[in-house]
Amino acid sequence: MTEIVLFGIFGTVAIAGALSVILARNPIYSALGLMSTMFSLAVFYIMHLGHFVAAIQIIVYTGAVMTLFLFVIMLIGVDRSEDTAEQLPNQRRIVVGLGLTIAITTVVLTVGQNFKWVTAPGSGPANWDANAEATNGTIQAIGRVLFGADGAERTAGWALPFEVVSLLLIVAAVGAIALAFFRPLRKVEINPTETD
Amino acid sequence: MDWWDFLLVVIRVVGVFVFLLTTVVFLVWIERKVIADMQNRLGPMRAGPHGVLQTVADGLKLFFKEQITPAKSEFLIYMLAPALSVVTAFLMFLVVPFARPIEFALGGELRTFTFQAMDLNVGVLYVLAISSIAVYAIVLAGWSSGSKYPLLGGVRATAQAISYEAAMGLSLVALIMFIAVQNRGANVMSMAAIVDFQAGTYGATEGIFSFLNPIITRVPKWFILPQVIPFIIFAIAGVAETNRAPFDLVEAEQELVAGFHTEYSGMRFAMFFLAEYVNMFTMSALMVTLFFGGWGGPFLDSIALNVGPWVATLVSFGYFMAKVFVFIFMYIWIRASLPRLRYDQLMELGWKRLIPGALLWLVASSLALAIRQFGLPWT
Repeated sequence: MTEIVLFGIFGTVAIAGALSVILARNPIYSALGLMSTMFSLAVFYIMHLGHFVAAIQIIVYTGAVMTLFLFVIMLIGVDRSEDTAEQLPNQRRIVVGLGLTIAITTVVLTVGQNFKWVTAPGSGPANWDANAEATNGTIQAIGRVLFGADGAERTAGWALPFEVVSLLLIVAAVGAIALAFFRPLRKVEINPTETD
Repeated sequence: MDWWDFLLVVIRVVGVFVFLLTTVVFLVWIERKVIADMQNRLGPMRAGPHGVLQTVADGLKLFFKEQITPAKSEFLIYMLAPALSVVTAFLMFLVVPFARPIEFALGGELRTFTFQAMDLNVGVLYVLAISSIAVYAIVLAGWSSGSKYPLLGGVRATAQAISYEAAMGLSLVALIMFIAVQNRGANVMSMAAIVDFQAGTYGATEGIFSFLNPIITRVPKWFILPQVIPFIIFAIAGVAETNRAPFDLVEAEQELVAGFHTEYSGMRFAMFFLAEYVNMFTMSALMVTLFFGGWGGPFLDSIALNVGPWVATLVSFGYFMAKVFVFIFMYIWIRASLPRLRYDQLMELGWKRLIPGALLWLVASSLALAIRQFGLPWT
């Protein structure tokens, strides 16, 4: 009962926030809409006993990422008029196509029932128990799964896959720094003798 | 969970709310008196003995003041920002345990009443999460006022919050790792558990340092001793998170009038004011809980056994408040003695000193823990 009520409230908030991201005229309201969507997602995680993921969701997305978005929007200037000309050719058609593909895939997978969640050992809906600590997302449970102390014997755990995934983020960060760092050099090359 | 449990939860939450409100009243008075004393003034003297009731008078006055709304403001967000700041300030204190739990029979069942609104297994992360939301109140207040000085204050608040949250989080990683290695499989991020881990004193050692045993066995097992660098970083970042002097660039009077709350008046201003003092109290309470043993202190168990558990609870609450007020005095002391940092100094301290310092300590601390557990690599 509690779950249905909470889902009703925060599901509505999430959808309204997501809609306001694309519909709001003012970029600040878009950012706020995205923030409320992220916050509602954290509530969903808590409803599914994923306390750790919920806390991280709020710290990383609602806190850090959205604060940076707001910072950039305010730094560039809130009142700057938006360039409405579309840069990418055929982007509307591509978006419609992609959206339809996703929708059809979802329907086929759910109706066809041949979709299986990939779950960590010892967790997942099959051995779901709200009272057992090992099957919900407390930090102890996540630690046990991550470092392979989940069952009676020690396994390799999921630490290595986790680190590999974090490598992706580092590559993206290094790429961003490289892009920002090497751009001024080209500008200097264009007019080297202009200063005198 | 029956109705009695529900009632106890309500009592806890309302109790914390009332407790914080009354503390803030005294906090404002203490701050004014201490700063006045440091500046060779008397401070408030008129309302009540030594001006104790001055805050009450100011609060009542703010109730009846006109609430100005600037013509260019975004009204909805302008209204919501002060409420958001107060809500996050109160939410953050919910996980802090402030007295010894007590057991009593109620409704035919023995229940444990914890003096903590709720104990989360992600308590430490919850604090970081709420503090990262708290910055929205300042940013949105600054932006929605529709005026340039508040906007500048809001932009400053964002940059400051991002820089110092990172340092704060990183300093706590080392602390949590230290706790987790010592207490395997325990609930290391719950605030109540963190207080329990710090109970008692160090055991006697053998070997060449055994002559120090009379001292060692009287030293409490507070995390400040092994983790002093995280404490320093956490304390500095805590002052920056609460936007207090010397990190109060968001409301720098000489440059920005009053910063993000320039356009606020009446109760809406009072909410920001209330939130600032609640945050200051919460930050001090967090430092006490994480590094100084929370409500723990000497003789609690023997008092509970010989005099009575209620007395022990009261004494532990006294310990907690005494420790917290040491830090609050430090907050005020810093404000009275240090000049405000320049903006580039603030950024440099955050990114070039605190974050590398926290990272270095994290590496050093984990190396030490690994060596202690597995021995040196060549042995």
